[in-house]
Amino acid sequence: MNGFPAPPILEVQGLRKTFGHLEVLKGIDLQVHPREMVFVIGPSGSGKSTLLRCCNRLEEPTAGHVRVEGVDICDPQVDINAVRRRIGMVFQAFNLYPHLTALGNVSLALRKALGKSRPEAEEIARHALVQVGLADKAKAYPAQLSGGQQQRVGIARALALEPAVMLFDEPTSALDPELVGSVLAVMRQMRESGMTMVVVSHEMRFARSAADRVVFMDHGQILEEGPPDKLFGQPDHPRVREFLVSLEAH
Amino acid sequence: MMWGRFLDTFFNARVMAQYLPKILEGLLVTLQLAACIVVTGILAGLCLALIRSFRIRPVNFCIVLAVDVLRALPPLVLIILFYFALPGVGVRLSGFVSTWLALGMVLTAFAEEIFWAGILAVPGGQWEASRSTGLTFIQTLAHVVLPQAVRLTIPPLTNRTIAITKGTELGAVVAVGEILYQAQTGLSFSYNPSPLTLGAIAYVLLFVPIVYFGRWVESRFAWRR
Repeated sequence: MNGFPAPPILEVQGLRKTFGHLEVLKGIDLQVHPREMVFVIGPSGSGKSTLLRCCNRLEEPTAGHVRVEGVDICDPQVDINAVRRRIGMVFQAFNLYPHLTALGNVSLALRKALGKSRPEAEEIARHALVQVGLADKAKAYPAQLSGGQQQRVGIARALALEPAVMLFDEPTSALDPELVGSVLAVMRQMRESGMTMVVVSHEMRFARSAADRVVFMDHGQILEEGPPDKLFGQPDHPRVREFLVSLEAH
Repeated sequence: MMWGRFLDTFFNARVMAQYLPKILEGLLVTLQLAACIVVTGILAGLCLALIRSFRIRPVNFCIVLAVDVLRALPPLVLIILFYFALPGVGVRLSGFVSTWLALGMVLTAFAEEIFWAGILAVPGGQWEASRSTGLTFIQTLAHVVLPQAVRLTIPPLTNRTIAITKGTELGAVVAVGEILYQAQTGLSFSYNPSPLTLGAIAYVLLFVPIVYFGRWVESRFAWRR
């Protein structure tokens, strides 16, 4: 890039994470630029989820740096709660609050973390629910919603805080196949509106059509990264080919 | 013949009329004692469980130790200790305060364990979701974890609270003028067990509504699934 390249929103440098004797991440370098949608793929146990969880310090990195909008989130001086408001996270298991309505789920952090009044928070929350196509479900409790609807509430909860980057940790893995589409549609629409996203997922077809860049991880390392056509079409690394072939076998 | 004797022994109208005011007095004392125990026990138990959730090792060691000892001790031992043994070191507590303190501490111990179990039962994903939106540890505890934990704790806590407030009868041993004490006194003065019958009725009148209240709270707090 020439001139003044847009600085990366998310910058991971030499990231290592060990659990006891197990080294899950062995030095990860990754940059995510504004409006980019980066897919992280790879076999299970390759460290994809741990990478995401280190990006908002749900897991404490063992070594290396994670910078979000230039702020090193592992700096002891940093207000981690302020940083986390800038990083939306969507979970495989949705993790909605069962005692709150959809509106309550989305507006809680607006009120408590951003200090907005209840009417103001609820207005923003309603708007976020509209964005994920659930305007009519504001009053519903999570248990009254389908898996796809719950996950879209989960997305709205993160989206409402207007984060700089959103992390998706296998957002469709817990869904029945016929509900996956509704979640992917919302993600595609977010990409079109310019949200920066990092997605850990097994939805290869979606990755191929929606991602700007695909990162392949195995055994805690990034083996290859590139545009989806290249990575899915003519991957350089034999391990990537092997993985893609094993997926097609199913 | 037998029937008349039975009625005369257990439902003697004259004796009952005579001791009814005393039993009502006892009912009031039992009520006051129970209220003191329930409020302090549950609040203190909740506080300890909240402190425990910060997972400061030496603090938690002390909490667990104290709670285990209190759960193991029979409440009457504590009451007698406070009432008869503490004066030996210059601390004089009334029978009421001794009973309140003893049962309050026991309820604190059980309530702490119940609240803590409730906090642990809330899935880790709830903490993660809340913290990921920038809520602090304390905000997460207050707005996400506790509302769920408290719902889980209502049934066991209600049962334990009823069991321990029934222990107010132990106050009779240290001359607290509660229901059982008044009934026993009536028995020894009248040579007739009818005051005991009145006492039993008073206990039933007192605790049946509490049992139903517990059931109502359970259904009220069960969120839609």
